[in-house]
Amino acid sequence: MESLSNKRKVLVSKPLNFWERIYLPAIVQGLSITMKHFFRKPVTIQYPEQQREYSENFRGLHSLKRDEDGKERCTACGLCALSCPAEAITMIAAERQKGEEHLYREEKYAAVYEINMLRCIFCGLCEEACPKEAIYLDGPHVTSDYLRKDFIYGKDKLVEAPLNQ
Amino acid sequence: MDVADIIIKFVLVVIIFSISLLIALYSTYAERKVAAFFQDRLGPNRAGPFGIFQPFADGGKMFLKEEIIPANASAFLFIAGPSLSIFTACIGSAVIPWGQKLTIGTHVIDLQVADINVGVLYILGVVSLGVYGVMIGGWASNNKYSLLGAIRAASQNISYEISMGLSIIALLMVTGTLSLREIAEQQHGFWANGWFTWNFFRQPLGFLLFIVCAFAETNRTPFDLPECETELIGGYHTEYSSMKLGFYLFSEYINMFISGAVMSTLYFGGYNFPFMDLIHSPNLVAIIGVAALFAKIFFFIFFFMWVRWTIPRFRYDQLMDLGWKALIPLAIANIVITGIVITFLNR
Repeated sequence: MESLSNKRKVLVSKPLNFWERIYLPAIVQGLSITMKHFFRKPVTIQYPEQQREYSENFRGLHSLKRDEDGKERCTACGLCALSCPAEAITMIAAERQKGEEHLYREEKYAAVYEINMLRCIFCGLCEEACPKEAIYLDGPHVTSDYLRKDFIYGKDKLVEAPLNQ
Repeated sequence: MDVADIIIKFVLVVIIFSISLLIALYSTYAERKVAAFFQDRLGPNRAGPFGIFQPFADGGKMFLKEEIIPANASAFLFIAGPSLSIFTACIGSAVIPWGQKLTIGTHVIDLQVADINVGVLYILGVVSLGVYGVMIGGWASNNKYSLLGAIRAASQNISYEISMGLSIIALLMVTGTLSLREIAEQQHGFWANGWFTWNFFRQPLGFLLFIVCAFAETNRTPFDLPECETELIGGYHTEYSSMKLGFYLFSEYINMFISGAVMSTLYFGGYNFPFMDLIHSPNLVAIIGVAALFAKIFFFIFFFMWVRWTIPRFRYDQLMDLGWKALIPLAIANIVITGIVITFLNR
């Protein structure tokens, strides 16, 4: 029967000739190939000291952004948590008090904002959902740790450093 | 033999013993580094500059690991296995001539521990003893993988010893002596009487057979069936941990070193090097000779590693086919051809 692709290759199995049967020419050829590799430049990237460049659209660790005055942009609307397919984000909203205007941009802010990095799949939907441009996945990798509880990142790890620092 | 001679011999033994251990130690480092370079990697480079302290870190780890003797293992034989293995690996160096005689003042120092007139036989004997360490260790472990590895090691070593012995017989027909010192002396220089002096150029086929057998006897790839990780977990040393495992691994590297030394002495002129007659100071010749011998040995150790990353492991029946159906007939043919050529040349 013809195959659907109409491709065919006739296979011939010739018996090995004398030089193929004694292996040695093939071994010498193999040795020369490995020797070529011996003098080739190693491809190793020596991680901590050297790091491979991330691509421009790499999605890494989340950061909660501040605006140009150093105020937190997040208003705890909850759209990121709603959009999150892995349900990794939780937050508790709070009202901005008098005297906190330099800290938070809107009247409402996230008192607690936690992302469970073990649940997060780094899809970037929170970033897309955010109306305030408050969350971006522009960080490096999430580092390893020993305990599950240490993977729940709070505001201390997520919020960008203040401007004046 | 006066006291000074005994002291000199003793010092020589200690030096050779520590050199073999040092080379075995750094062979582990070289193996990893060479393997890395063959695979376009860097290899260990964290412990010290270029990772040169890596063997000490590995050794320290080996010492600190928990020492486990399995409950159903025969404890005495379990310990005897690796001890025997490293013992036989270490005594092989006794008959190898490391260099010409050094003259210091009135003392003539012979750079060879024992110049016995059956040196080649001694080497063959030590090599065949080596299999006992593997067999005993594998059997005493009371583990089927270890036992399979040990059985493989035993049958492999016994098969390849035959062709190794036969390939040496052809060499002995050329040299006419069993003493390694005399064999080395016969290969003086590099060129004499219109032909190369090194035995490799008189016995190329014999050398080829010998080096293949050396690979099999040292359990190196492509003949590493006794310990093939992919099939037998670890082969005969599956159950071993701590420094007893270290002894097995160490003895493999010492065996590589010794077989490199034997191959250099038998076929590549030992401590002889080209144009050695142009240097008039005998002591200088002796020292350069030692360096030349070690250069040859290091090349062979490198070659062992080079082949390891080139040729995949043989299947077991292919191994036996090669040993019995190819190497032994070839070795016998080599003896016959050598005999005919010697008769023809002497007529």
